[in-house]
Amino acid sequence: MRGRFDRHLTPYLFVAPFFAVFAVFGAYPLLMTLWMSLHDWHLINGAGDWTGLANYTELFSDPDFWNALGNTLSLFVISTVPQLILALFLAALLNTKLRGRTFWRAGVLIPNVVSVVAVALVFAQVFGRDFGIVNWLLGLAGVDPIDWPADVWSSHLAIALIVTWRWTGYNALIYLAAMQAVPNDLYESARLDGASNWRAFWTVTVPMIRPTILFTTVVSTIGGLQLFAEPLLFESKGASTGTGGSDRQYQTITMYLYEKGFTLFDAGYAATIAWVLFLVVALIALVNFALVRRAVASR
Amino acid sequence: MTTTALPQTHRRRSGASTTGSGRLRPFIYLLLTAIIAASAFPLYWTFVVASSDNSAIGEATPPLVPGGNLFDNISRVFDSSEFGLALTNSAIVATTVAVGNVLFASMAGFAFARLKFRGRNALLVTVIGTMMVPTQLGIIPLYLLTTDLGWTGHLQALIVPALVSAFGVFWMRQAVEEAVPKELVEAAFVDGCSLVRVYWHVALPAIRPAAAVLGLFMFMGAWNDFFWPLVVLNPENPTVQVALSVLASGYYTDYALMLTGALLGVLPVLGVFLLLARQIVGGIMAGAVKG
Repeated sequence: MRGRFDRHLTPYLFVAPFFAVFAVFGAYPLLMTLWMSLHDWHLINGAGDWTGLANYTELFSDPDFWNALGNTLSLFVISTVPQLILALFLAALLNTKLRGRTFWRAGVLIPNVVSVVAVALVFAQVFGRDFGIVNWLLGLAGVDPIDWPADVWSSHLAIALIVTWRWTGYNALIYLAAMQAVPNDLYESARLDGASNWRAFWTVTVPMIRPTILFTTVVSTIGGLQLFAEPLLFESKGASTGTGGSDRQYQTITMYLYEKGFTLFDAGYAATIAWVLFLVVALIALVNFALVRRAVASR
Repeated sequence: MTTTALPQTHRRRSGASTTGSGRLRPFIYLLLTAIIAASAFPLYWTFVVASSDNSAIGEATPPLVPGGNLFDNISRVFDSSEFGLALTNSAIVATTVAVGNVLFASMAGFAFARLKFRGRNALLVTVIGTMMVPTQLGIIPLYLLTTDLGWTGHLQALIVPALVSAFGVFWMRQAVEEAVPKELVEAAFVDGCSLVRVYWHVALPAIRPAAAVLGLFMFMGAWNDFFWPLVVLNPENPTVQVALSVLASGYYTDYALMLTGALLGVLPVLGVFLLLARQIVGGIMAGAVKG
């Protein structure tokens, strides 16, 4: 009897902790977000009236939302595209016969283990208007100092550089792992056909690791569209409000969510932003999946 | 039945795609060295600023080599913020989250890989499905929930929601598939071992390396987490990342102070990383092939 009970019930006890914690702290908040977005809801005072889709109509005519969406997409594109392409080439370099393999692999991963907050603080200094090292270098070349956070283009460029710096090595290791699974015979026959290394890279390596490229595209899309800490801390004094610069020039959607929910206490509206962001992420992840699949296949 | 064994293809080292002909090799090393230098430069720069007098940073030519003010700056960081408390808090949270994830994920992973029960496949699909959902979008209700529980401002608000992860379950299931032979589990049953004993004495010892890598990932993730701690903690009881953001939002920008804090916050994780780089790199690459 005891053995039967053990065999039938214990497996459920083994998986129970995961599902219990996930149900309470993962699934419930997501569904509750949907419910809250249909209400007038104050973060401190609690639920107000049912408002139906009023939050959504307000959001779609909210210029600050469109601004944040535009910033998010712009930052996403100029950080993710170069990052994945660079990672692909870096992986190809790492896939050659190297002495001290672990050293090189660990070296490219360093930016990824440093906390995003520390990274943001360092780069805030590096891109500082008055004492930043970038402006100092530009000064040596005779270029006037740039107030990096002040403009749309310069702030986006600087933030994209931070994101690219942080994630290129990580993605390169993912690609490297996939490249090592490519059977050597394919390279042999490409070489017999007289293909150069460069050509073999495009005709053998890239098509063979296509699933991994698709995987990183989707993961980077999900992560990139939720960009938060780098822009939040880019200008140190903006850290507490989340507006992303005096003209909201680098406010992302997640920062807008933060501003509405946690500094203005409009929880219903913030929940609406969260759900719309979720849909945007899902949509763009699907589009990117389709785009990259076609692009890589046509090679 | 358990699912198919892992395809063995990825075990076969294909070696190098481009063997790097003689002319090319110095060039490859040069390029890689430049990339590593670019990767490490911000850390070097952090150290330079952290060891300088704040006024030196405002000079016409910035200091390019470390100065002698590191210890002054460190004591200023501890004086001007709750940094000691922050380090302790981060260590508690990250350790607990790592241990919890290893324990719960290995239990679930063992069940999914080696036990038969009704609804197993549906539950496994649910786990994998949740990996794609950005759960941080539920942050508003999560905040209200922790407020109702009276956890706001306390460490359990960070620990409890992070105790499990779908990634961890998926990771440990793969580890059990690879490292725990079915026959061994069956033999233990025949000998009259209870499931808990089989898990503890047979499965857990075999998956120790994978469990260690998972623990490391979870430790680093919890240590570096920012959005949720920023929302749910207050500056009087911060984690390292929250304390850093407090240092950064001061009335006037004291770069030496900020970056000394950043250095102190990075060192523990960087130390762990440098000690166990081989395992961490291997873990990420193994995860890539499995994912």
